[in-house]
Amino acid sequence: MIKPISLNKTLAVAALVAATTLAGAADFPDKTVNYIIPFGPGGESDISARLQEPVFKQITGQSMAIQYKSGAGGAAGWSQLNGMTANGYTVMGTNLPHIVLQPLQKDVGYKTDDITTLYWFHYTPDALLVPSDSPFKTLKDYVAGAKAAPGATTLSGSGTNSANHLAQQQFDKLAGIKTTYVPFGGTGASNAALLGKQVSGSWAYTTVQIQLGDQVRCLAVAMEQRHPKLLNCPTFKELGFNLVGGAYRGVAVPKSTPPDVQAKMAGILAKINADPGFIQKMEEGGFAMLNVGPDKMGSFMADIKSRYEALAKDMGIVKK
Amino acid sequence: MGSFQYLLDALTPLNLLFALAGVIAGTVIGSLPGLTATMAVAVLVPFTFSMPPSTALIALGAIYTGAIYGGAYAAILLNTPGTPSSIATTFDGYPMARGGRGDLALTLACLSSVVGGLVGAGFLLLLAPPMATVALKFGPVEYFWLAIFGLTLIASLGEGSIVKGLMGGCLGLLLSMVGVAEVGGDVRYVGEFKSLLGGIDVVSALIGLYCIPVLIELAATPVRHLQATQQVAGFRLREAFGILQRSKFNLARSSVIGTVIGILPGAGGSIAALVSYAEAKRISPRRENFGKGEPDGIVATESANNATVGGGFIPTLVLGIPGTPPDAIILGALLVQGIRTGPTLFTQQGPIVYTFIWGLILATIIMLPVGLIIGRFAFRSILAIPKAVLVPAVALLTILGSFAVHNNVHEVQQMVVLGVLAWGFAQWGFSASPIVLGLILGSIAERGFVQGHLIGGAKGSILNEFFGRPISLAIIGFIILGLLWPLWIKRRNRLAQARHG
Repeated sequence: MIKPISLNKTLAVAALVAATTLAGAADFPDKTVNYIIPFGPGGESDISARLQEPVFKQITGQSMAIQYKSGAGGAAGWSQLNGMTANGYTVMGTNLPHIVLQPLQKDVGYKTDDITTLYWFHYTPDALLVPSDSPFKTLKDYVAGAKAAPGATTLSGSGTNSANHLAQQQFDKLAGIKTTYVPFGGTGASNAALLGKQVSGSWAYTTVQIQLGDQVRCLAVAMEQRHPKLLNCPTFKELGFNLVGGAYRGVAVPKSTPPDVQAKMAGILAKINADPGFIQKMEEGGFAMLNVGPDKMGSFMADIKSRYEALAKDMGIVKK
Repeated sequence: MGSFQYLLDALTPLNLLFALAGVIAGTVIGSLPGLTATMAVAVLVPFTFSMPPSTALIALGAIYTGAIYGGAYAAILLNTPGTPSSIATTFDGYPMARGGRGDLALTLACLSSVVGGLVGAGFLLLLAPPMATVALKFGPVEYFWLAIFGLTLIASLGEGSIVKGLMGGCLGLLLSMVGVAEVGGDVRYVGEFKSLLGGIDVVSALIGLYCIPVLIELAATPVRHLQATQQVAGFRLREAFGILQRSKFNLARSSVIGTVIGILPGAGGSIAALVSYAEAKRISPRRENFGKGEPDGIVATESANNATVGGGFIPTLVLGIPGTPPDAIILGALLVQGIRTGPTLFTQQGPIVYTFIWGLILATIIMLPVGLIIGRFAFRSILAIPKAVLVPAVALLTILGSFAVHNNVHEVQQMVVLGVLAWGFAQWGFSASPIVLGLILGSIAERGFVQGHLIGGAKGSILNEFFGRPISLAIIGFIILGLLWPLWIKRRNRLAQARHG
């Protein structure tokens, strides 16, 4: 026997649903927000999320529960993002160039445009590093060395078709040189190869330079201006190479998250990014701040996509 | 260096309390199949953010060391490594438990873990900066040869037929290639299953390959899981100390092997334990008993895997390069705390570092009573729980554990499929260990080979890269020794028999 559900009950449920949707944006957030990192713990995505968390709590009074759903270089998480509860209480870290390059190379279960990134909040700029006793004292030495013996200069980096790999390809093209990129399983392994002088240098990030200190020398960083904590390291631009970029990190929500909740979340993320304590901690760690909110998202993504797609074609990694 | 002033700093009630709590939490998490040391540290990291840096480090170190030790429980009592570091502990631990000596095995595991942990932490305290250079001497080629050395252990471990062992190893190698290649980015053996893009996860494979066959056997046969001895009395401490006294060289050698392999980023506790097991077996006069419940096997693996804790901290603190996966998380936690690791850490942040190292030593000592007590409790529980409760409870744990790997159901599916396959293979006399060895070592070997090939090619001589480096040559020497040794022993035995006959 199935009891018919009383009209009252139905009305009550309907009212409740309406109340929660209506109240959604105004009260958001009134409980813990799940912040899913599509990588393992300990990486840059995790560290920057952990720095955001206390400021989020300060601003909203609610906490963020940081969780990990790693696999397939982030694709395991991103391919499931749009199937998650779309009420603003589930957000996920997103990364560039990953979400552009992965769908270009193969069917990974999501498309770049499926990912609704609310805010790109920082990036780790590409940096060209060599061991501190390397004969390459400047970027000029490096280019001259690579020109003298094409292919003999080896550069470690984290992963194939990754931000590090892209930087190597871009710079080789800009400088008209040929170097050998040696992919490693992660930043740690790539750094070990650099410090152990298994390779001539490393395509890494500003964060790595800060972590390894004066064991390594930074030849140049891919930023518009020098990094505030690495004032000795010139930018590629100063030296005549138009290379600006790195690995970008943002926060995304499931596609069907209500627009007003999306806007509110983006606003909170912007506020976190304006917090002086947060900025200081991020910069001390070697991160570079970035503020791409909903207003600039469209043009930013269009630009990034066209740049990466052109590069991916040059590298021959676009799936047929 | 490491003056005793810092020992006193480490001895505050707060630090001791967190060391104790950390060891208990770590041991319990590590003992559950699927919940690894990495996960134990990751889950508990947020609780340390509000602590002073040295206390936070002590708590994390205690959790880590406890979890590596806790992995031995499941290995000994359920034939399922609680963490990858205790794979080799199953070889002799489970046979000992089946033979009614589970209590002795647990006590030995505890004592060996404490000794190994102290040796590793001792090296960290006294010799960290010079030893960190070991991590840098190891290039891609050395990792390649180390992995090949590990694969030759399949032949010398000699569980059952060598041919079946090698076939299992090859299956493991194939499994290691599934998914997106780490170097090169090619997609292999994925077919229509998108969930395989990330590859076969080692932890879910461990749970499936080891635990599921045990569960099926338990459910299919009426006998009790473990036979209780006549007197399930004490810790059998006297007996355990006697064994350690007899095996002191094994203990020392395994602890040093563990420390050195712990220093190598990209190797880890599972390989440390396997290498010291193989060395212990090669040298022991009782090598025939290895794999059948030989206490020396547990002494070797458990001292080695706990020594990797101290060893792994060496490159983490000195170079800023994590020695093991849990170290990577601890490194991240330090960054959040605002502490910069690396060469300047020892000089600029000496008080924090040395207080932490003493704290790690204290936590390791605390592990002795805590480990013995929890071990006894675990042993009694497994004995007392009726099979009708034990099997479903462990089955639930296997699912939780494999889900927890990536918070994803894909790993659970992998675990169940591999588990059922492993049970089927076991009927034909294939054991799980060669498959797991192939899976773990395959990716290390492939990575090292491709990188070595690229670097050698850039330098102009690939052969020189692979065969011209001193450490490589030493490892190649060990590989040849490892392969020829069993043959030599056989020949010697045959000659001896011929003389007697």
